[in-house]
Amino acid sequence: MSKILLEIQGLRKQYGTLEVLKGVDCTMREGEVISIIGSSGSGKTTMLRCINMLEEFQGGHIRLAGEEIGYDHAGATRKRKSEKDIARQRAMTGMAFQQFNLFPHMTALQNVMLGLLKVKKMPRDEAHAIAEKWLDRVGLAGRGGHYPGQLSGGQQQRVAIARAIAMAPQLMLFDEVTSALDPELVGEVLQVIKGLAAADGMSMLLVTHEMRFAYDVSTRVIFMNQGVICEEGDPKEMFVNPKTERLAEFLKTSSFT
Amino acid sequence: MGYTLNFAAVWRSFDQLLEGLMLSLGLAVVAILIGALIGLLVAFALIARSGWARRPAAAYVTVIRNLPILVLVLFAYFALPQMGVRLGKIESFVAVLAIYSGAYLAEVFRAGLLSIPRGLTEAGLAIGLTPMQIRTSIIAPLMFRNVLPSLSSTIISLFKDTSLAAAIAVPELTFEARKINVESFRVIETWIVASGLYVATCSLIAALMRFAERRLAVPR
Ligand SMILES: Nc1ncnc2c1ncn2[C@@H]1O[C@H](COP(=O)(O)OP(=O)(O)O)[C@@H](O)[C@H]1O
Ligand SMILES: [Mg+2]
Repeated sequence: MSKILLEIQGLRKQYGTLEVLKGVDCTMREGEVISIIGSSGSGKTTMLRCINMLEEFQGGHIRLAGEEIGYDHAGATRKRKSEKDIARQRAMTGMAFQQFNLFPHMTALQNVMLGLLKVKKMPRDEAHAIAEKWLDRVGLAGRGGHYPGQLSGGQQQRVAIARAIAMAPQLMLFDEVTSALDPELVGEVLQVIKGLAAADGMSMLLVTHEMRFAYDVSTRVIFMNQGVICEEGDPKEMFVNPKTERLAEFLKTSSFT
Repeated sequence: MGYTLNFAAVWRSFDQLLEGLMLSLGLAVVAILIGALIGLLVAFALIARSGWARRPAAAYVTVIRNLPILVLVLFAYFALPQMGVRLGKIESFVAVLAIYSGAYLAEVFRAGLLSIPRGLTEAGLAIGLTPMQIRTSIIAPLMFRNVLPSLSSTIISLFKDTSLAAAIAVPELTFEARKINVESFRVIETWIVASGLYVATCSLIAALMRFAERRLAVPR
């Protein structure tokens, strides 16, 4: 069995008085592709965002490749790590967002190169070569000079994925990356993600509403409900024989096409 | 009204007016550049979450925007020396116009910052950029593009404010025009020509800003 990559223990998060994550536990090994499913508002996005410290959390531990994420613990007290340490830890994960979030004033190539130049401090020609390679891998060879505004939604999302993955993260986080796309563009993005899972053995945590996709690519599925993991397991098993009433209900309401 | 316009005396002193105009432009360029730097820092402070940064920035903007610039000019030139701060006329005026520009530009920049989606900052954080790198590589360049249209009128207005330097005898365009007016008695002609120079210069600034806007526009 491969090494443990991510360990989440008792993760708790609240927005003001609203408790959104109520003690999430999860262990993930290298090379796993885990889909997180669950109804809207169950805390899926929040869980991903805690892993790269886009959200602060109030309790529990997140360890990535053996490193404690976000906070230094001393006995019962804890302190947020320095901005520099957190930036370094964020580079250990890559994230693709629902809204792409490409930098609109930079070409596709510049978008992918930015982190390589500024975070990895690579020489320009090396960064250029890596960026071209990844744009090629997501099917956008020759589009490097285009600005986000000149690309379709599906192309933009693929640039965003290339931008994240070019940083050679140990874990990729995908948050409903096809939800903002026109239906005819969903396939091309899912195809790219499938390719990364199969050919690169990339470890992935994906929030998705594409049940067919989750069924096909995931080594494991996590079903979240009201801030806790309600059920998890092999999709081939879970989707056919849900153990909990909640999951059975959720599967009934989601289209499995 | 049997007055006939005669521009001969003004043309003879035209070089003097041009020199004044050059100084006006010089004052404006230096003051606005410093003011832009102040404005940028203050704008980021204005949108900061911590009140520790926000409150002094807001106070600066409020105070400056509620003071007539002429009062500031006179204060800096006449009152500050009494308090032990001695500056030359030109330095004193540039300092005032820079501080004054800073407050107005801060407001312009703040509006430009607010329209940048939060998701871009998060995308920057997610690839491991520090907050400062995000400000310099992503936020500031986008903000400048956002504000270019409204920046034009602010810059023109600040350029016109250089005429207040005449109050402390800085030999810029308005001061030179008044001198020629007194020396030549050609009052109407002098102010017509001086006005023409202001209008021409402001039109040129507006044209340059439109050019910059087109050049920097994000392709789509
Ligand atoms: N910035 C925020 N401030 C307050 N509440 C939030 C914020 N973000 C999310 N929430 C709330 O947290 C809960 C979980 O949200 P989220 O993690 O986005 O759910 P999901 O991704 O599963 O749809 C929801 O009730 C949502 O309204
Ligand atoms: Mg979500």
